[in-house]
Amino acid sequence: MRWKTAELTGWGRVLSGKAELARPEKPAALSVIFTDTPAPAIGAQRSYGDAAVNSDGRAIDMTRLDRFIGFDADTGILHAEAGCSITDMLDTFAPKGWMPAVMPGTGFATLGGCIAHDVHGKNHHKAGTFGQHVLEIELAGADGKTTTVTSQSDPALFKATIGGLGQTGAILSAKIQMIPCSSRLIQVDERRAANLAEFMEMLKSSTATYCVGWIDGTANGQNLGRGIMEEAELTSSNMAPKLRKPRKVPFNAPPFALSPPTVRLFNRMYFNRIPKQGRGVLRSLKDFFFPLDKIHDWNKLYGKRGFHQFQCVLPDETAERTLRDMLRLIADAGLASPLAVLKRTGPGRAGSLSFPMEGFTLALDFPNSEKSRALVAQLNTLAAEAGGRIYFAKDSLATAAQARLMYPELSEWQKTVEAADPEGAFKTDLIRRLKLRDPA
Amino acid sequence: MSQTWIILGAGSAMGRAFARKAAIEGAHLVLAARDQDDLDRTATDCLARGAASAAAVLFDVRNPESFAPIYDAAKANDGIINAAVFVGSMAPQGDVDADPNTGDLTIQDSFTGPVNFLHGLAPIMEERKGGTVLGIGSVAGDRGRIGNYTYGAAKAGFHTYLSGLRNRLNRSGGHVVTVKPGFVDTAMTWGIEGMFLVASPDQIAQDLWTAHEKRKNTLYTPFFWRYIMAIIKSIPEPIFKKLSV
Repeated sequence: MRWKTAELTGWGRVLSGKAELARPEKPAALSVIFTDTPAPAIGAQRSYGDAAVNSDGRAIDMTRLDRFIGFDADTGILHAEAGCSITDMLDTFAPKGWMPAVMPGTGFATLGGCIAHDVHGKNHHKAGTFGQHVLEIELAGADGKTTTVTSQSDPALFKATIGGLGQTGAILSAKIQMIPCSSRLIQVDERRAANLAEFMEMLKSSTATYCVGWIDGTANGQNLGRGIMEEAELTSSNMAPKLRKPRKVPFNAPPFALSPPTVRLFNRMYFNRIPKQGRGVLRSLKDFFFPLDKIHDWNKLYGKRGFHQFQCVLPDETAERTLRDMLRLIADAGLASPLAVLKRTGPGRAGSLSFPMEGFTLALDFPNSEKSRALVAQLNTLAAEAGGRIYFAKDSLATAAQARLMYPELSEWQKTVEAADPEGAFKTDLIRRLKLRDPA
Repeated sequence: MSQTWIILGAGSAMGRAFARKAAIEGAHLVLAARDQDDLDRTATDCLARGAASAAAVLFDVRNPESFAPIYDAAKANDGIINAAVFVGSMAPQGDVDADPNTGDLTIQDSFTGPVNFLHGLAPIMEERKGGTVLGIGSVAGDRGRIGNYTYGAAKAGFHTYLSGLRNRLNRSGGHVVTVKPGFVDTAMTWGIEGMFLVASPDQIAQDLWTAHEKRKNTLYTPFFWRYIMAIIKSIPEPIFKKLSV
């Protein structure tokens, strides 16, 4: 196998590093690599920070192992290679009446990546995380051997692999349980929320299958925490969705593109576009689930300095107070971009290091600067103090001490990981930065 | 009615991408390559994506005995039979210089092997009165260059054969597309220095399908390679022999 020197970069384009990269096109080629040089597997490189970066090391690009290798049209069980993208699954199986039970905000994410981060979607409060729908994982270990892991065969390894940031081995393929998909269109109802208290109440009392909120990170005072709640249900319409050609961001945007006045103006217009009494629209599944995938390379909108995404989850007990503190800090700093999400989360999680907990999750993007790094650091501290968590798939600025505090099952996870990978062959920049595999 | 596509070299990145494209179009597939386990996976994948059927047949271009089962699998389907030929190998010129026998293998994989296969297939296609052959040549076959002229010569030979086959099949309603891809992002080019304007296998597959539908004679893919090669071909030999392009 030939190796190629490549620059690995997080989606936020702040953290990056040079690595020797292999890209096997057959499972047999991967086995050959693993007998001499086990290395962390990476997928679509859509995590924002350094989860898929291994500076001065090696990595295996899994995106060419992207075949559907078993599908049962009666049960909706899909066996797929790790490099399959979520969009590919939706495109292929929605017309046959099935779709992934959980879909992250980008359809470019791979099956392997979705498992390794135990991702969640707009239905977390009902369906839980991606990992809760995984039946079986085929794992290539550091010893070069391939094993099939289920929650019965090796519960500890299964739990350490889901949300396990690739530290137990390379996920080669997995079996997942899909859910019925009645239509390729989705009915979306949008309603304004005037402030944080109202917004949280609306999200809490929503009974919709899919529910997500856009939040105005620039609103302050009595408008603090205002936003738009989107509730959605699959329809039974047989209409084919309109297909739109994706656009591409051709170059790095200039700094004024996301300057505070532009964002404030945009957010006000975005908020007011929804009539006071709310409105209902019919969207294609892809437009609803992956709104940003229509703009390829949208991360370039933040210019060459990149951006940070802050995402935390907060337990119900502390959520309102902490969210208020966070939103005030954010609005006062005037650094937020229009991309901001507030969502209800349920208790569902499948791995020891899974992100979600019952409560609320807030996600915001900030163009990279000294001021925004200081702001995110402050937000991380607030999240930690409130008994919340930050999301490893997004993080680029948390500290090792915070990670330890936020993930109480870390030492349990470490035991399984050390047994699976005693030499530390699968460590990445994220693991080293947050000392996730160092003893307490 | 669904047509049949034989994909020779279905284990390669380009072959796999084209198999998917043909699957989405609802074709019957006969997938041929050297690794049976891997072929079985590709067959399942193609069925999930809409192929009318997918047979996985073991095939080695260096072993003519492996050809007949492919013809048989294709003949088992009714209707028009098409073939896309992705087999070939590119030994580094340095290896060929060190051991001239290595050159024989490149010529067998890229030229004589595929030619013999297609020669066996031609009468079957004629009988069915139609069908397209997509023959994957290379821009390297347009002019002998210092870097890979043994491979280039094999591809040039293949181009000439395809041109003759086009003439022949045209008489029974069939067609041949001579395909000249530039650099494609596959395991063959991964990590090689000096690659530029690299196209994805999916892009190439889409171009191939369009060329089949439009019955193009020669396809440069991506299209701009036609102009790059026009320039390279127009350099006078007294100058060209001193260049290392």
